[in-house]
Amino acid sequence: MNSIHDLGGMEGFGPINPEENEATFHYEWEKPIFGWFFSLFAGGIINVDVFRHAIERLGNQHYLESSYYEHWLGAFETLLVEGGTITTEEIDAKMAELAGETQ
Amino acid sequence: MPHDHHYDPLPDTELRVRALESILVEKDLVDPAAIDLLVETYETKIGPRNGAKVVAKAWTDPEYKKRLMENASAAIAELGFSGVQGEDMVVVENTEGVHNVVVCTLCSCYPWPTLGLPPVWYKAAPYRSRVVRDPRSVLLEFGTELPASTEIHVWDSNAELRYLVLPQRPSGTDGMSVEQLEELVSRDSMIGVKLADMPA
Repeated sequence: MNSIHDLGGMEGFGPINPEENEATFHYEWEKPIFGWFFSLFAGGIINVDVFRHAIERLGNQHYLESSYYEHWLGAFETLLVEGGTITTEEIDAKMAELAGETQ
Repeated sequence: MPHDHHYDPLPDTELRVRALESILVEKDLVDPAAIDLLVETYETKIGPRNGAKVVAKAWTDPEYKKRLMENASAAIAELGFSGVQGEDMVVVENTEGVHNVVVCTLCSCYPWPTLGLPPVWYKAAPYRSRVVRDPRSVLLEFGTELPASTEIHVWDSNAELRYLVLPQRPSGTDGMSVEQLEELVSRDSMIGVKLADMPA
């Protein structure tokens, strides 16, 4: 598929800004997302090809506005819902529940 | 938490992760203890020190280097480094006239067993878009200035094939031990955006 993820040769993204002594993870929430890759792979819920395809369907604006592990998060959510493992209603309900707890 | 983030999450990302994690654990699809162990492994054990061992051995053992260039995956596995995201490896060698640099324009394919998880800049749009079009300007941003006569080869990784750059051994390192040589091999030199460090 030829869409926004195919960045090679595009212009105007600015400087690279490498970070000195960069940590492996930048936020705590990145760690579970990284781990799900292995769990869901081992569980047969994802493979490399459907994972890739799900990332390529994220939508241009979301792809450019979000970071690496957010791409993974979006892909996992898509594949878990499409595979019938969970529903978007379940996710929304859990988010509302957790948001309520912290208020 | 570090304060020099290059990116901020979307407003609901953290909450979404907590919600999904909670559901996945309830459904017994993920084991938080196993994930903690994986995270720790990639934070402490799987990183560019592994790749540096491969490079230093190739610099000091001509037979190993021959095997590495012929079948990189097998030669790297000899040192105990194999597995996820490093199943099919190709090593590209820097020489007097040719410098190699690695990218993944489509995403962030990277040789995990030898280099660990990729840095943010490797995964971000500026590097991925520009290194294939204007590699010299990219190398300059990393402080790497090559002679105009040096050819630059850019290798685009993919889900199946991962590249590791074999940097040139710096001059003045003849008497150094393998362990000392490993110290000269940075992550960036194995991606190809820098040269191996000069001895102090």
